[in-house]
Amino acid sequence: MKFFSTRAGTWTGFAAAALVLFGLAPLVLSGFRLGLLAQFLCYAIVAVGIGLAWGRGGMLTLGQGVFFGMGAYLMAMHLKMADAEFRGGPGAVPDFMELAGIRELPGYWVPFTSPVFTIAAILLLPTGFAVLLGFAVFKRRVKGAYFAILSQALAGAFAILLIGQQTLGGFNGLSRFRYFFGFNLADPVNQQMLYFIAAGALLVVMAVALQLRRSRYGELLVAVRDGEERVRFLGYDAANIKVVAYAAAALFASIAGAIFVPVVGIISPASIGIIPSIMFILGVAIGGRASLAGPVIGALAVAWAQTALSEQFPSAWTYAQGLLFIAVIALLPGGIASVGALARRLPSKPTAVEAAA
Amino acid sequence: MDLFVGQLFTGLSTGSILLLAALGLSLTFGQMGVINMAHGEFIMAGCYTAYVTQQVVGDAGVSLLIALPIGFLVGGAMGLVLESLLLRRLYHRPLDTLLVTFGVGLVLQQVARDVFGAPAVNVTVPEPLRGGVDLLGTTVPKTRLFIMALAVVAVAAVTLVLRFTPAGRRIRAVVGNRDLAETAGVSSRRVDAGTFFIGSGLAGVAGVALTLIGSTSPTTGQSYLVDAFLVVVAGGMGRIKGAVVAAVALGTFQAVFETYSTASLAKVGVFVVIVVFLQLRPQGLFTLRTRSLA
Amino acid sequence: MSTALTCKDIRVDFDGFTAVDGVDLELDRGEVHFLIGPNGAGKTTLVDAITGLAKYTGSVVKDGEELRGKKVHHIARRGIGRTFQTATVFESLTVAQNLDIAAGAGRSPWSLLRRRKHLPENVVATMERIGLGDAAETPAGILAHGQKQWLEIGMLLVGDADVLLLDEPIAGMGHDERETTGRLLHDIAADRAVAVVEHDMDFMRAFASRVTVLHAGAVLASGSVDEVSGDPRVQEVYLGTAHEPEALDAATA
Repeated sequence: MKFFSTRAGTWTGFAAAALVLFGLAPLVLSGFRLGLLAQFLCYAIVAVGIGLAWGRGGMLTLGQGVFFGMGAYLMAMHLKMADAEFRGGPGAVPDFMELAGIRELPGYWVPFTSPVFTIAAILLLPTGFAVLLGFAVFKRRVKGAYFAILSQALAGAFAILLIGQQTLGGFNGLSRFRYFFGFNLADPVNQQMLYFIAAGALLVVMAVALQLRRSRYGELLVAVRDGEERVRFLGYDAANIKVVAYAAAALFASIAGAIFVPVVGIISPASIGIIPSIMFILGVAIGGRASLAGPVIGALAVAWAQTALSEQFPSAWTYAQGLLFIAVIALLPGGIASVGALARRLPSKPTAVEAAA
Repeated sequence: MDLFVGQLFTGLSTGSILLLAALGLSLTFGQMGVINMAHGEFIMAGCYTAYVTQQVVGDAGVSLLIALPIGFLVGGAMGLVLESLLLRRLYHRPLDTLLVTFGVGLVLQQVARDVFGAPAVNVTVPEPLRGGVDLLGTTVPKTRLFIMALAVVAVAAVTLVLRFTPAGRRIRAVVGNRDLAETAGVSSRRVDAGTFFIGSGLAGVAGVALTLIGSTSPTTGQSYLVDAFLVVVAGGMGRIKGAVVAAVALGTFQAVFETYSTASLAKVGVFVVIVVFLQLRPQGLFTLRTRSLA
Repeated sequence: MSTALTCKDIRVDFDGFTAVDGVDLELDRGEVHFLIGPNGAGKTTLVDAITGLAKYTGSVVKDGEELRGKKVHHIARRGIGRTFQTATVFESLTVAQNLDIAAGAGRSPWSLLRRRKHLPENVVATMERIGLGDAAETPAGILAHGQKQWLEIGMLLVGDADVLLLDEPIAGMGHDERETTGRLLHDIAADRAVAVVEHDMDFMRAFASRVTVLHAGAVLASGSVDEVSGDPRVQEVYLGTAHEPEALDAATA
């Protein structure tokens, strides 16, 4: 493990990951399975952000579904607009609105005709919202459990708000996309392209997270996690430090949501509420909240297990999820990433747990 | 005037439901720093206790009276098991208790699903509680009045226990200063277990009462949980007084907001109000001011 | 000798209980100024007030600037550093990282987002000064108790604090470590004002340039070690507490 923290080790790690994602996976996986992997990679991108905010910064963000959902809905709106324009020319309303009897395009949909506006919105809107909310919360030193509960309440409120919006598809959400920036989504070649986009985005996001972790900022973030008050007495505004990590996590989640939509073909309130948001945490906890690769591997493993088990054994899978939460958090708070370190330290003395209090 | 009275009653009624769900949390979250996400499932256990009791006893009125204390014991026992098996070793990691108890909640939901099935079940409302009462020009359902009365009784009971019994004094001592209380010979371990028993028991009672106004399914408890947590956050850690005021305020706010817009916007409104409120009082309505850094 | 910090009529209330009751205090550069007094005398609360943690009335002036009402991190930026009764260092970071963070409160966002190329000179020098020159890469969590206290003091030095408020810096230290700490305090006080909250009377006698005795939130006496220990009121407080604990409780409750 030590090797991967050196410069050469970092390059080796990224090269190996790129080789597996871009070389091996497309070779051995069928188109269907590659599509599934692309979906899992989106969850992994969210997990990288949670690892940063929670593992390094001590902010238990139980509401990442909000930012994931924002990115997803923003992208979905553009795709629906493009489809509508393709079918009925400029000014046509998306198909689900026609079915619901909405003849007039709501004003806030109009800018999403533009791909540039859409991408800018995906990058800026959730991040800006996270910055605003972060300042409101962290400047007043709302932290720990209070923050966790607020972020969870936010996810609940956001999902309920979306269910009430008929012009966003309500309970059913947005689905049936035909084109992705002009590429036909039914074409297997384009589906593979989406997979490559997801894989590339994951590597970029991991690189950004790595830079944040290794910079002086990264050390400061850990310092805030372990002693927020102490950092203030050294002359730093701890709120600013936390906002950066929180906003980065929001940005990552938004990007993941935006890629998720063309890959999976549907986004609805059911995949962004309280439960999906807390489920993002499970993979991160299993993999190792404070490490870089841990959350990615954990998220992929949980998503894979869910797909493999939940349909055949729904009851057993729910038990497994619950028991995993209990076992990992209570017994192995450092996740799988800490197993190696644990084994090394075992002979000397019990390890100091990297727990975010 | 009628509209106003109607909203006031709806608000008080929503508030008392919130309060019943949040009262136990206020004890366990506020006083021990433990974030028990399984609290919702303890409420759900209370609901099913009422259901099972009615299946066995038959008479709706008698079964309700029996189910209330049984619900307390069922919730309390589950809390005691949870506390002694898991939470005891996690007291210094409050955020981790949240995730662990979420896992416990998942398991309990699935147990309920396997035992009682996923579809909702209903409890028959006893004859004396059916219908409504005319109060100041509006009709108020008797079940709602019953829940309001129960919330008042529960708050009074908790307050009396905390204030006047030796066990209550010990609880308050541990809340005020855990280390000092231990030095003074209070076994904080036993007090924690006791607090958790009472707090979880209250969830069971809440569950029994909630069957009067809604059906019961494995996810029943979950739907109350986030709102209940918000009540505790807004009310301030460990302050029963705060929970009462916050529950009534949020309930009324929600009721009023709903009449002028939609239920979904009301949820968002509640969230916004709480974030704004925390700008003014980051520690909630009522706080214990001490010298400690925390 | 110049005055570094002037406190006038500091008063701190906790829900009706007055913890600090009208304290005047001057801290001079070149002095190791001890704050002593029985439990509940308001020593730590006074430090809390100066550093912006506790709300107070009155005035704290440094370099002609009023500090009351400023945020904790703004006060720290103005050169006022403190330590805590229980040593608080960042346990999962190394000694070098701890000091580097403490040295960097003025860094630009851009330099924060880059990797540290090498340790700043003052960090390296301070590491030697506090006797942790060989421990640069040691996680602070596994340092000995005394070393953590030194690291905490070092963190204030690299942060260019010129008013140091140290809360029980020798708690839990052995005899040799106390001596070392005492000499370190005098060493760093050459061009700084150092205030020490302490219970240990031997340590106070050995190293205090000036002593202020607090009792029930107010200043009871102030002066040199000899002046203060000769003061009958101080003797009464310290001796009286041994015989009449109730009297003290009544006075501080």
